[in-house]
Amino acid sequence: MELSKKLEKIRKEKKDLTKQTRILVCSGTGCTSSKSMGVLDALTEEVQRQKLKNVTVSKTGCFGFCAKGPIVVVDPDEIFYEMVKKDDSKDIVEALKTGNVCERLLAKDGETLVKKWHELNFYKKQQRLALRNCGKINPEDIEEYIAIGGYTALEKALKMTPDEIIDELQKSGLRGRGGAGFPTYKKWMFTKQVDSLQKYVCCNADEGDPGAFMDRSILEGDPNSVIEAMIIAAYCIGASKGYIYVRAEYPIAVERLKIAIKQAKELGLLGNNIFGTNFSFDLEIRLGAGAFVCGEETALMNSIEGMRGEPRPRPPFPAVKGLFKSPTLLNNVETYANIPEIINKGGDWYASIGTDSSKGTKVFALGGKIKNVGLVEVPMGTTLRDIVYDIGGGISTGKEFKAAQTGGPSGGCIPKEHLDTKIDYESLSKIGSMMGSGGLIVMDEDTCMVNLAKFFLEFTVSESCGKCVPCRIGTKRMLEILTRITEGKGKLEDIEKLEHLASTIKSASLCGLGQTAPNPVLSTLKYFRDEYIAHIVDKKCPAGECKSLSKIHIDPDKCKSCSICQRNCPVGAIKGEIKKGPFEIDESKCIKCGVCMTKCPFKAISKG
Amino acid sequence: MSHCKGCKGESFNEELLEIAKRHENVPEDIIEALHEVQAKYGYISDEAQKCLSKYLKVPMSEIYGIITFYSAFSLKPKGKYNIQVCLGTACYVKGSESILTAFEKELGIKCGDITEDGMFSLEDVRCIGACRFSTSNCSKRRSIW
Repeated sequence: MELSKKLEKIRKEKKDLTKQTRILVCSGTGCTSSKSMGVLDALTEEVQRQKLKNVTVSKTGCFGFCAKGPIVVVDPDEIFYEMVKKDDSKDIVEALKTGNVCERLLAKDGETLVKKWHELNFYKKQQRLALRNCGKINPEDIEEYIAIGGYTALEKALKMTPDEIIDELQKSGLRGRGGAGFPTYKKWMFTKQVDSLQKYVCCNADEGDPGAFMDRSILEGDPNSVIEAMIIAAYCIGASKGYIYVRAEYPIAVERLKIAIKQAKELGLLGNNIFGTNFSFDLEIRLGAGAFVCGEETALMNSIEGMRGEPRPRPPFPAVKGLFKSPTLLNNVETYANIPEIINKGGDWYASIGTDSSKGTKVFALGGKIKNVGLVEVPMGTTLRDIVYDIGGGISTGKEFKAAQTGGPSGGCIPKEHLDTKIDYESLSKIGSMMGSGGLIVMDEDTCMVNLAKFFLEFTVSESCGKCVPCRIGTKRMLEILTRITEGKGKLEDIEKLEHLASTIKSASLCGLGQTAPNPVLSTLKYFRDEYIAHIVDKKCPAGECKSLSKIHIDPDKCKSCSICQRNCPVGAIKGEIKKGPFEIDESKCIKCGVCMTKCPFKAISKG
Repeated sequence: MSHCKGCKGESFNEELLEIAKRHENVPEDIIEALHEVQAKYGYISDEAQKCLSKYLKVPMSEIYGIITFYSAFSLKPKGKYNIQVCLGTACYVKGSESILTAFEKELGIKCGDITEDGMFSLEDVRCIGACRFSTSNCSKRRSIW
């Protein structure tokens, strides 16, 4: 049968997929780790036991509200149950049978129970485009993707000329979601323009920024939209072979991709003469092996070729000479996920969302000290305050917001005076951070910014591939200085040295890793210089995180000289005799382990 | 006259051969093959390196370069229980470093080493994307969040 007729038949058979009664269980990594697959089995069993007809129980992609997992949604009413356990399955099925809802499992906004997931505050300001199918379909069944309009974009694109596709992308204003924000249409255009017998289309799924997991969730929840976009890209630029380079640390995503590729091949969406045209395309998965630098485009290509993932000097750019020395188009997972929607609804529609320079939406992974840890997708131009407070629910520890870190080791910290910044590519780089892949980590007063900068430098030092000197040696010197400062051995001129090194590393490094490595230091120096000064001049860590600078002391008024602290101190640093006045800590011996603080029954010992 | 052991006269373990032959004469598959060996044995032995070198036609020096470049590959065997502590930013902010130190103290080994009885090995890992549960530790048989 002809491919378009096959798809038509599937769409007809599953016409009202979203109107059917379905119990959807989140099967993203977060919920799976909290045993959602056990919930899925229990629900399936319960539906059979209670003999409910026309009810399906199925896996689905990430709902994003990971803090409340495992999540179960009952369609078509979109009833949202949070923190579901195996034993809850009976109540859920019973409620469904009688046309009720199981109230004790519903989510709450404050004290109000919320039935439907779109009515939750967490979702109100969100707009899910890249995540549009996550939580709607079973990612392991290509027919469900087809039923809700999947592969219509491909069919449409194959009737367009490559230039028309590029035009549509240009109108949409889509920019690379991997971090740098390069206009997508330009990449496609450059690769298309080069004459070559062999070209490649690659997908960068080597999501390495700590705290970012949106690419993983898209691959786990909607792998077909990425595959569809890659086929469109291949048609547009004239490629016949593609690779998805995905982290080996994402086993569920890899598995779902494999299933999706297999199913697409069986249907004839991948392979020879797609849709009866003379266009053929084959797609393969390549596993990363735990090297952050492989997220850099040329390093990624070396890694696919079976070499050490070291970046190559550019030019030549991958559009001219990339994978196996052939012109190569490389886009990020989230970028691809947007493309079928742009082809279907048009570039102008996409461009109506977002700000002047940054169109569409962006997915952020909220993490750190925030209540609603999870994945959120908002239109460009949403303020940080909206994300942290309205969507994120504020700080989990009840303390003050201090800063948000975006862009991972390449980005910077945004202090509270910039909470009202409208987030887009330009505004973030203007305040010394960057969009990055979308990790957004929230910190409260207990986080020491000097230590945080040190943490990121440790990351870049160990992930630097070692090929170019500024990155390999420069970042190491910066780390040494930062370590000195956090140990109370810093000098005032160290700040100047840091800034000098930073500017050299930024301008002289070979690839993006080195060029952006100093950003965490520069942005903390910009907004939290007083903390650096406090470490250097006053030998104090205001957040109390740097061990060498913190002092532990016993409040003489509260001490009952019971000797519990003395008996528990591993180094014998506490002096005093039972019932003979308050005890004291000998600072020359104290290793600041904090055992005494936890053991003191009178809370007389504190760190400061 | 003696032959180079890597090329002649050495018989390789059958499971290893099976992996190597699947990628025979495809040097760009070396990382895939190393993944398979790592998954099967928990590390990449000298024998495995020689075997892959012979069949995939990649020099030993390059294989060594690749193994030491990527953190997913290891030259040392791992313990029966391999404990991984996530040091991603979200976990770090919530104090995962002190968890790593506590493991080091409890097991009496440094991060990256293995206990003498071969029961436990300890390593730090980059963000495993389970930030909701931060801080995250995984051991071979189960995950402790």
